[in-house]
Amino acid sequence: MDLLEGNLELKEIQKLEGHTDRVWSVAWNPATGAAGIPAMFASCSGDKTVRIWQQTPSARCSASFECKAVLEETHNRTVRSCAWSPSGKLLATASFDATTAIWEHIGDDFECVSTLEGHENEVKSVSWNASGSLLATCSRDKSVWIWEVQPGNEFECVAVLQGHTQDVKMVKWHPFMDVLFSCSYDNTVKVWAEDGDTDDWHCVQTLGEPNNGHTSTVWALSFNSTGDKMVTCSDDLTLKIWETDSRIPQETDGYMPWRHLSTLTGYHDRTIFSVHWSSEGVIASGAADDAIRLFIENKDGLVDGPSYKMLLKKEKAHDMDVNSVQWSPKEQRLLASASDDGTIKIWEMVPSS
Amino acid sequence: MVSGLINANPVVYERKERRVRTAPFSADEYAVEPIDQQEIFDHIRDIKDPEHPYSLEELKVVTEDAIEVDDKHSHVRVTFTPTVEHCSMATVIGLCLRVKLMRSLPSRYKVDIRIAPGTHATEAAVNKQLNDKERVAAALENPNLLDMVDECLAPTYA
Repeated sequence: MDLLEGNLELKEIQKLEGHTDRVWSVAWNPATGAAGIPAMFASCSGDKTVRIWQQTPSARCSASFECKAVLEETHNRTVRSCAWSPSGKLLATASFDATTAIWEHIGDDFECVSTLEGHENEVKSVSWNASGSLLATCSRDKSVWIWEVQPGNEFECVAVLQGHTQDVKMVKWHPFMDVLFSCSYDNTVKVWAEDGDTDDWHCVQTLGEPNNGHTSTVWALSFNSTGDKMVTCSDDLTLKIWETDSRIPQETDGYMPWRHLSTLTGYHDRTIFSVHWSSEGVIASGAADDAIRLFIENKDGLVDGPSYKMLLKKEKAHDMDVNSVQWSPKEQRLLASASDDGTIKIWEMVPSS
Repeated sequence: MVSGLINANPVVYERKERRVRTAPFSADEYAVEPIDQQEIFDHIRDIKDPEHPYSLEELKVVTEDAIEVDDKHSHVRVTFTPTVEHCSMATVIGLCLRVKLMRSLPSRYKVDIRIAPGTHATEAAVNKQLNDKERVAAALENPNLLDMVDECLAPTYA
């Protein structure tokens, strides 16, 4: 199916209930959903718990998820975000209680094997690098921390990055380079890289208003599958596409500057909390207007450079704000969304009948 | 807490008369009655000022005219006026308004809270904070702040 031809719809496959407060975020386990391993994802909530959902074999439909575990009594405040290590064996959860917990999947159980302390207050986001050797966290205390994974589930803080002037909303590693991106209430996105000579991490670029950046809080960012484009979403009601030189340099420490490519404006009328780029190039956004929107690069307009168009808008995708949208890493057309209404929904992108 | 009062001598206004709501001319008792300005005002008028024994109505921090309601699109905007332009209580007042409406309105409602343009020294910063739901959620998990909000809201449940 050509995504630019024909009409698509987002079909609700399943609605998952169980959390007793708003669901902030969902994360698919990257090591599941193929080769006979049932797909799995985690969700985290204002109810201070994390839930693990797993697909059950079913002849009738592709997705039938069940809650397999509830991770509780570790965080004593909101769990804001969660992230799986690339191997899918470890789950990191970031909480307003100022800690990040590391959970190991042992047999059918999840055991908290480490607690990362250091931030002064709410931890808002956590991200693993591509190899799983580094973890990044960020907080309302304006700092970004980088932790090195040591043997025996030990985590050593190797850098505390100061630079943002307000709380940091999200951290995200580049999909294959050890370059870290953070976005903030200070309206900027910062790019952090390690200096090859000194092993020091420092800010190599700030994408802000002077570079056609956002004019209000930047809530989230996501990369395309080739890692040469990035999309950011904001309280300024726009999505912005950024690009870098796709020829990855071997000599330098892997960093190439990013530049503004396109701004998607006029589509959203309330804050955009989440954005995620699928491996086949569809950008999903989740916003405070309860809707999910899908966008794709419009190949027609190549003369003026790439432009993006909206494929569809799913109104009332949830009863309240949509906080998180995440494409399944294995089943390209499967999308999970989380909402203030306390539910998670599984959607499938299908040709409209 | 600060020792001296931010505004030691606020002007206190008379409260508006409580209007009796007129029953809609509808035979259907289950008919949906749209939420209007007056209903929103009734929810928030008795919120106590964080530093004075007066209500937000008595201090003219909130007025019925400063409430915009679009029931069809489930949208409410409350514009409030701090008593002095350096009022450090503006964020707490805004938080009280948000929490009260969060608890009183159906969950489909989108609520925006803002300071009346030109009435506060750090207007933009306060507005941004009041409309960042992550910050609001974190603030409401702070027991001291929540106690303060609940104390201000207590008269509204009387």
